[in-house]
Amino acid sequence: MRSLIPYVLIFVAALLLPLFANDYWAVIGARAAVYWVLVAGLNLVVGYGGQLAIGWVALLTLGSYTASILVARFNLDPFLAYAAGGVVGALAGVVVGLPALRLRTFYFAMTTLGFATIVTQIALAWQSVTGGGIGLPGPMLAAPFDSAWGFYLLCLGFAAVVTWMTANVASSRYGRSLVAIRDAEVAAEATGISKARLLIIVFLFSGFTAGVAGGLFATLQSYITPEAFSFDLSVTFFIAILVGGRGSIIGPLLGNVLLTLLPEFAAPLVAWSTFLYAALLLAIVLLMPGGIAALLDFRNRKPLESNRSIVPQPDRVRALLDHGPVRDNIVLSKVVLAFGGVRAIDGLDMTIRAGEVHGLIGPNGSGKTTTLNVISGYYAPQEGEAFLGTRVLPHGIPQARSALGIARTFQTPRVIGEASVLQNVMIGATIDGRASFLEAALTLPRHRSDEKRMTTRAMDALEVVGLASLAAVRADRLQHSELRFVEIARALTGRPAFLLLDEPAAGLSTEEIKRLGILIKAVAEAGTGVLLVEHHADLIFDICDHVTVLNLGRELAAGTPAEIRAHKEVVSAYLGA
Amino acid sequence: MLAAILAAGLAVGSIYALIGVTYNIMFSASRVMSFTSGQLGMLGGVFGALCITRLGLPILPGFILAMAGCALVGLITEIVAVRPVLKALDQHLYVLSTLGFALMIQTFTAIEWSTEPQPFPRLIGIGEGGPWDEKFWLPVVACFATIVGLELLYRRTLVGRAFLAIAEDNFAARALGLPERNLRMASFALAGVVGGLAGFAGGELLLAFFANGAMLNFLGFVPVALGGLGNNRGAVIGGLALGVFQQTANFLMGGVVAGVAVFAVFIVVLLVAPQGLFGSPPARRV
Repeated sequence: MRSLIPYVLIFVAALLLPLFANDYWAVIGARAAVYWVLVAGLNLVVGYGGQLAIGWVALLTLGSYTASILVARFNLDPFLAYAAGGVVGALAGVVVGLPALRLRTFYFAMTTLGFATIVTQIALAWQSVTGGGIGLPGPMLAAPFDSAWGFYLLCLGFAAVVTWMTANVASSRYGRSLVAIRDAEVAAEATGISKARLLIIVFLFSGFTAGVAGGLFATLQSYITPEAFSFDLSVTFFIAILVGGRGSIIGPLLGNVLLTLLPEFAAPLVAWSTFLYAALLLAIVLLMPGGIAALLDFRNRKPLESNRSIVPQPDRVRALLDHGPVRDNIVLSKVVLAFGGVRAIDGLDMTIRAGEVHGLIGPNGSGKTTTLNVISGYYAPQEGEAFLGTRVLPHGIPQARSALGIARTFQTPRVIGEASVLQNVMIGATIDGRASFLEAALTLPRHRSDEKRMTTRAMDALEVVGLASLAAVRADRLQHSELRFVEIARALTGRPAFLLLDEPAAGLSTEEIKRLGILIKAVAEAGTGVLLVEHHADLIFDICDHVTVLNLGRELAAGTPAEIRAHKEVVSAYLGA
Repeated sequence: MLAAILAAGLAVGSIYALIGVTYNIMFSASRVMSFTSGQLGMLGGVFGALCITRLGLPILPGFILAMAGCALVGLITEIVAVRPVLKALDQHLYVLSTLGFALMIQTFTAIEWSTEPQPFPRLIGIGEGGPWDEKFWLPVVACFATIVGLELLYRRTLVGRAFLAIAEDNFAARALGLPERNLRMASFALAGVVGGLAGFAGGELLLAFFANGAMLNFLGFVPVALGGLGNNRGAVIGGLALGVFQQTANFLMGGVVAGVAVFAVFIVVLLVAPQGLFGSPPARRV
């Protein structure tokens, strides 16, 4: 609840503005509110999703022209026209956004910039519809919104609703997933987050708010020409978000207000405002990448307890996993995968049984992690297949593995540093969410029950791995060994039938390795099949039911730990005498 | 008719290609794509007009001074907007820092120079009007001179080979004792000169106009996307093809349609071949 206070303060201050300011400020205030309607939506794309959409002004332009044309030429009701602008904005948002699914940051930024240029050019050239350089009048509203303050309050209402909705989305599994694809894309895929679907929904939403903002903008301007939609404006939106800080709502809100008001307080600087914004952007990136939000984040400045230890509770694993008996096994059959001339896996047969710990060991470069990547769908085998029971595991769609009950961890922990430990772990339960984006935005009951279930399950997982006391801490403040357990908690939250662990003991102390071993054993006893890629021979021989030794992509030996320990070639090639 | 389209197409294409090369030089040295590339092209024109028309310098000293100015801007880009964010390359902060710096250059020019296109001095005076006008062939000559010069630099000189070593494997190059930072600064200065040359040679065509920066940023990046990042020959082929395509569309269907067509080609190529037509596949992710 305390997190609501700043929003309430800002809203009350905005409501009180009419009491002690003149009409001029009504226009400035309305402008800030209209911009925020766009920026709030864009914030999900830029601040949460990390997609550098610098040309979002194009959607404002489209919304503006749609609303104005519908009102001026077809006499449509202004509010319906705003909605139509929103729909056009939403569709255009998907069009502008789609390249983000394939393109890297700078390329995507360029495509949005190109799109913005094109839209302005078309608005200028298509005179019969847009009025060209002369422009056309924006929608006029009837009483009570025809006065400066009436319109201001209307815009404030829109802004408040959008703030509420984006805040809801941000704290839902959609918001968490966005941050996950921003900071830990590979891990996000492994937990079943589909980047394509997620981004399309968010581009629709963000495009809609931008389109609605466009309609309001046209009314605010009362007359629109292509010049009103300069690239400088687009940059202002973008910078407001970065000044505010990524992954925050209140930060960009303050940033937006700040950037809208700045020229009013420094009239001589108006000509220089874009220069100042650009300088501000550079300064923020270089000096304070966290933005305003990082300045306001008092909670994460308290020092953490220094001698903390990870105490897992293996006896609670069974209650957490609770997935009934796992019937199928993962079977690799004659899998071959070569990178250029190197045959990383060279005809490997292997069966990972449910309820067992299967160790995979071998010297560096023997194909252990590659095998794991084939099972988890990042690589496609060139020959042979990987099966789950009798079904072939589909190639090249790692985001589909989670639904099949296959979870994994990574050699270097891939967690979202800027999110809390609890949020990181909740990512693991993403595919269990049932509420749609709209339900999440409006906090309907199904969304609330989703959240409750995910939170409970993630907290349970944190207690199982022994990190419950750190749930609220930003993940980048944790130690390396703790991050390893966070990853395991994230994987367990999805209640996997199979758990693939890529060197989970690397960097752990002897005591921690012992606890990890007990935890893994408990996971297998609860019915989950575990594939354990490791270098710590002691851990492997302690807890594995079955061990495969790889060398140069081939099976050197396979059997029980006792058999492997006695295997001559293994001892000479890998274990040493 | 055809000659006019070809002349204009190859001329603007050469300018786009040079901006593409500017992107590539910066990228090779630092793995950073910079929004200042197009601005350097704009500055080449503005500095040229400033030195020769406003300050009244003879052409050669004016040219040298303009190039020195662009080299300096390239150098400042490295120091201000690139070096501080190199540590966290994977966070892509360079997109934001170079965008910020590029906008500063652009607005500063708009305010201190002019918001209107200013005339660029006539440099030689060959081929008044017509397809053989110097404004058409100067950019082409500049483009080929640059490419030949860069090839010679990279293949024949020790410094050039050091540039290549940095581009190939930064860590290994440093382990060999190459002065990576100095080479990077030199690369950015060189990129400044190449970008500036694009604007200077194309000055009679594009004039000295602050908004050229944003235009060249985009149209200069298209050849990079077509030809593959870091591939100079790809950028030249892509740039010339783009220029001819754009001018043809421009002539046949008008400027707006040409703009849309260029954008459409850009998007389609990127979606079909994100590595560019001559580029190499991406590195492994897991």
